[in-house]
Amino acid sequence: MIAVPVSLERTHDRIGRVLRGLRTYPMLTAGLLLLLLVLSISLIGPLFVPREGVQVGSAPPDQRPSREYLLGTDTVGRQILAIIIYGTPLTLQIGLIAGAIGLGVGMVFGFVAGYYGGALDHLFRGAADVFLTVPGLLILVVIATTFKGAVSVMTQALVVSALAWMYPTRTIRSQVLSMRERGYVQLAKLSGMSGPEIIVRELMPNLLPYLAASFVSAVSAAILASIGLEALGLGPQNEPTLGMTIYWSLYYTSVLRNLWWWWAPPIVMIVIIFVGLFLISAGLDQVANPRLRRAA
Amino acid sequence: MSDTSLRLGQTRPEPAAQSRDGAEIVLDVRDLRVSYYTPRGPVRAVNGVSFTLRRGEAFGLVGESGSGKSTIALSLMQLIKPPGRIEGGQALLDGRDILALSEEEMRRLRLAEIALITQGAMNSLNPVMRIRDQIVDAWKDHGEPVNGREAEDRIRDLLRWVGLRPEVARMYPHELSGGMKQRAVIAIAISLRPKVIIADEPTSALDVVVQRQIMQTLRRIQRELGAAVILIGHDMGLMAQFVDRLGVMYAGKVVEVSPVRDIFKDPLHPYTQLLIASLPSLARKGQLQGIPGLPPSLLSPPPGCPFHPRCPFVMDRCRVAVPLLELKRPNRLVACHLYERDEEQA
Amino acid sequence: MTTLLEARKVTKVYGGGLFRRDRTVALEDFSLRIEPEPPSITAIVGESGSGKTTLARLLLGMTMPTSGAILYQGKDLRKLSRREWRAFRRDVQAIFQDPYEVYNPFYKVDHVLELPIRNFGLAHSRRERRAMIEEALHAVGLRPEETLGRYPHQLSGGQRQRIMVARALLLRPRLIIADEPVSMVDASLRATILGSLLKLNQEFGISLIYITHDLTTAYQVSQDIIVLYRGSVVEAGDVEQVVRDPQHPYTRLLVGSIPLPNPDRVWQGERVLGRPAGELKPIGSSYCKFHERCPFAMPMCIEQAPPLFQTDPRRVTACYLYREAPAIEPEELVGVFANGHREQAAPRPEVQREGGAGGAGS
Repeated sequence: MIAVPVSLERTHDRIGRVLRGLRTYPMLTAGLLLLLLVLSISLIGPLFVPREGVQVGSAPPDQRPSREYLLGTDTVGRQILAIIIYGTPLTLQIGLIAGAIGLGVGMVFGFVAGYYGGALDHLFRGAADVFLTVPGLLILVVIATTFKGAVSVMTQALVVSALAWMYPTRTIRSQVLSMRERGYVQLAKLSGMSGPEIIVRELMPNLLPYLAASFVSAVSAAILASIGLEALGLGPQNEPTLGMTIYWSLYYTSVLRNLWWWWAPPIVMIVIIFVGLFLISAGLDQVANPRLRRAA
Repeated sequence: MSDTSLRLGQTRPEPAAQSRDGAEIVLDVRDLRVSYYTPRGPVRAVNGVSFTLRRGEAFGLVGESGSGKSTIALSLMQLIKPPGRIEGGQALLDGRDILALSEEEMRRLRLAEIALITQGAMNSLNPVMRIRDQIVDAWKDHGEPVNGREAEDRIRDLLRWVGLRPEVARMYPHELSGGMKQRAVIAIAISLRPKVIIADEPTSALDVVVQRQIMQTLRRIQRELGAAVILIGHDMGLMAQFVDRLGVMYAGKVVEVSPVRDIFKDPLHPYTQLLIASLPSLARKGQLQGIPGLPPSLLSPPPGCPFHPRCPFVMDRCRVAVPLLELKRPNRLVACHLYERDEEQA
Repeated sequence: MTTLLEARKVTKVYGGGLFRRDRTVALEDFSLRIEPEPPSITAIVGESGSGKTTLARLLLGMTMPTSGAILYQGKDLRKLSRREWRAFRRDVQAIFQDPYEVYNPFYKVDHVLELPIRNFGLAHSRRERRAMIEEALHAVGLRPEETLGRYPHQLSGGQRQRIMVARALLLRPRLIIADEPVSMVDASLRATILGSLLKLNQEFGISLIYITHDLTTAYQVSQDIIVLYRGSVVEAGDVEQVVRDPQHPYTRLLVGSIPLPNPDRVWQGERVLGRPAGELKPIGSSYCKFHERCPFAMPMCIEQAPPLFQTDPRRVTACYLYREAPAIEPEELVGVFANGHREQAAPRPEVQREGGAGGAGS
């Protein structure tokens, strides 16, 4: 495409268009706002709450929420507010990394399988199908338990990503199958474009909403899987992720002892994150499928 | 002078049920206006269309894409759905305004008095129902018998009438060829002997040989039923072979109406002239002559006559005033300022 | 001079394999040669199921024949090197039927014009590229200011198709295969687009293969014509002769079914032929495909597929009604055509017909 220098006027146009776009897709907007809320807690929080709060023994144990400790403390003296502020981004990080890996692998497999067909299709699609049928959590538990010693956030992300690529592979592949025979793809071939070029320049731009939706669902699934693992104690033990917090709260029987300020905040945070991700995903569905849009 | 009772384009309620030459009028469309409300504004798909349909005649409505002809078909059946809306006008079927009827009343009318065969009608057959079931499906709403000897006999006669073997009744649509499916659709449309049949591009998806066979069948049925047919399409050749009178549409308006022989021998409206001149012929090889310019935007149509930007005879008047569809020669209606001048000089 | 593009005894069968019943023969034993000089126009006419779309795809290398070969400059398409394949793409271009589908909705229409320039390195600077695009648009009668920078949905079908013609011209190919280029375009624009195609042939020296179901436009545009029925050639030769004095019963049926825009010339259809002869069951796999609908069917029609009988220096018919005439091999078909040589055009025949299409004069 012919590049045009960006002038101030164009930026104004762009902003206007984005704002109008947000109004057309209320679900997408709501979801983005929720995630923005979560992110701002993670970004602004550290300005007010020192990181030492997440360490064991930084405060008196089992304190109810008070002016000094806004969300109270847990049985080993960690401040819950600090845990939420410093732990949430870790959970998000795991989700994003695993989601990105899952989407990346899914895109490669899906595009190649869908576009080239034949043996490659059998290979990638077959692999995805096989992995989909195996009980996911089981695999994750097996993988996680083979790691000796403390697990880092990065490692956790890698572990979870093992299960994040199958669904994107399948959805992208089926989209590509239907687009492969389109007139503009045939025309691109006639214009001398090679396979990879066609995938990147003709197919991908039309799939952007689907790719975004796939990414969001991959992230959701990754966060869910990681929280599941962590709640079983198979996560990064030294990090205050949301899942690990739940693990510790269960370990110290916080429910029976009615230490609600320990188990409730992580759950609330998780719910906000998931609702936000779901709304974004539904909103992207609307973008991709104009028929779902509210009549403008 | 033009007869005031035929000065179309104005919404004056008329008691007359007879056209100028005494033939009985079965459908009288007056100043029909239909718009589609798009995000970019209202599109005036049908912009004041009037024409009459005589009992038993074949009337053609020809126009290119965007001329509004399919919208007319849907309007007459009250099948326009939002964002489309019938903005005004009347359609008098034997004196009764069908555009003013409630959905309940309209449902009784559809198929029994007025029927529609749409473009790609072959795809409107239910793939999981047998043909006979689809025929009687429509009868249920009209209180006709659905089972039993009488129904079976009627179905068999109906199929034979459209040129299908009786075995077709028990078949599914996918077992039939394109032409056979179209015949089945015609069978459904005529099953209750309507007075008016609207055929909107009934053969556009068919091969030329099959097309001819279907049109022959349609003509035969029309004559036997005594029904009037409105044939809507863009194929001038088809119109020449099938219809008695032809209406030419452009940008949501009717620009010319005449008996078919007159239109081809002596087209009056410049658009009609250019259209006929652009038709490739089998008689001799010649210059390929299209109509210059672009079809008008229905979102913001040009002022005055919609054809003026492309008209080789454009005058100042044309850019400002919309010409009315008026009787200029015996039996010939045309909407063009060129002929107003003729009159003034007469 | 090597033949530019050749189809040599090409057969394309779909389905088959383990499940015999699904086997469709889309094209059977088809041969055609397009020479690089002089630029010719060949029309391929057929209805749905005739194999014309399959032929287009085969000639463009979008699918491979089941038997026989498509040769570019004498080399089988399947055996071309990467560089030869690029040369093939430059020399042989296409215009498709659907002016909606060929545009990627994500990009402006400029995209389809820039792609070939970029991929084949036709321009060395942005300005040169722009100049090339504007020249091509002018050649088809479009104004760059009205068309460039727009999205496909903002233009009409006719405009989009003309852009396609401009695009085909950009590469200066030697052959353009146009598959039903005007069937989805409004009547008033058809003539303009066909005129552009003719211009490409006359002014730019590009050969055309015009594939259509519309005999009338085929007649207007081309010099040579091939009529296909269910995958086989039934009649071919000089377009004046074939259309104005058709010999094969199918061609006569086709011509008779055309609705002429003249209310006094009633279309005849089967009246031209009469009723089909009756039940004749083919024995082997070689028989005349039209026998079921043909009122002149004879026992020999189902025993062996009729060869091409050359009833005239410039025309062949695959029908036993004309078995007195000498038969030619499919490869010799090219000798029947004018192939662009104007001097070889046959004189217009005297025609005696009862109504129907194409009486002598208007």
